[in-house]
Amino acid sequence: MAHIALPDESLPGIVGLFHFRPETAGPLQLLAETLLRGESPLPSGERELIASYVSLLNDTHFCHTSHGSAAMAHLGYDLSLIDDIKDGFQKIEVSPKLRALLNIAAKVQKSGKAVTDEDIAAARAEGAGDKEIHDTVLIAAAFCMFNRYVDGLGTWAPEANEAYREMGQRMAFTGYVRYPVKADVAEV
Amino acid sequence: MPHIALPEHLPGITGLLEYSRVTAEPIRQLTQFILRGENSLSPAERELIATIVSHQNECRFCTAAHTAAADLLLGENETCEVMKQDIDAAPVSDKMKALLKLAKQVQQGGKAVTAESIANAKAQGATHTEIHDTVLIAGLFCLYNRYVDGMATVAPADPQFYTGLGQRLVQYGYNRLPNGYDHLKKQAQPS
Repeated sequence: MAHIALPDESLPGIVGLFHFRPETAGPLQLLAETLLRGESPLPSGERELIASYVSLLNDTHFCHTSHGSAAMAHLGYDLSLIDDIKDGFQKIEVSPKLRALLNIAAKVQKSGKAVTDEDIAAARAEGAGDKEIHDTVLIAAAFCMFNRYVDGLGTWAPEANEAYREMGQRMAFTGYVRYPVKADVAEV
Repeated sequence: MPHIALPEHLPGITGLLEYSRVTAEPIRQLTQFILRGENSLSPAERELIATIVSHQNECRFCTAAHTAAADLLLGENETCEVMKQDIDAAPVSDKMKALLKLAKQVQQGGKAVTAESIANAKAQGATHTEIHDTVLIAGLFCLYNRYVDGMATVAPADPQFYTGLGQRLVQYGYNRLPNGYDHLKKQAQPS
């Protein structure tokens, strides 16, 4: 059971929290949408891999598996390859550039200060530009928030990969915005 | 020097939010609501949560900025100073002490939150929404701190800079300024 009384305890992970606080659900969903499906030189499948990988490092099963499932949906891999993320990407095709970006994401997961000039130079040497580096750091940082939100409030998560199949497809192809975002909260 | 080219007159987070305005928008919306929106925790109390998390993450820019905002909202600078050393010694309510300790656990990791610290917060009168918001603010600052330091943004050494920034955060909150930030270009010139 979660640390706070959720309106619907049957909803796992962040979904139950969205129903508890719709005011924060709107911007959180919009953030996931812009980070993972908005414009970026990185394809959505690669961004979902970064999200899933950071969530794995934070030991947040719900985010790791759901974003892993979304990555597999984007990349056209079987759902079972989510486990390959844990195995260090032996079967999933990862370009040298993406590998360098995953290294930066892993540093961000530890701390912003852990990212070195060498990590950045290595990514640039493989062809990563400013925007790719920026998006990688921000996605990794954002999942350090999402993961803490989901685990810090003690939400539950289904165990098996299969339970995340439809969720991942919905995240990949329908997107993250399910609540209308309040227009009066902020100006663009 | 930042890892990517950012506007020089906007150190810390502001340059990043201007560099990528599309991703900045939901971050700004979330921050404006969670730190300034209708809430049983005062804006000062919520700035204290932002400050303790940034301090634990050793993010100089965010710690100085939110310390300045909290100091202005509280009208004194003792609370932040003491809180960073010892939450129990800070002149805040027992409920706030419990929430600040909870935020500190969230900073370490979501799984670091213990049933005892949640029970303690509830025993001191924290509502479920206050617990939720504390965890989310702490999570949000784990995002900000990593974004700011992971991109190696500049943290000005001049304390006056943060007093000015704190005033801006108290006066305007976290929405993008309606006319942008070009007016800061002059101020950034060395005098």
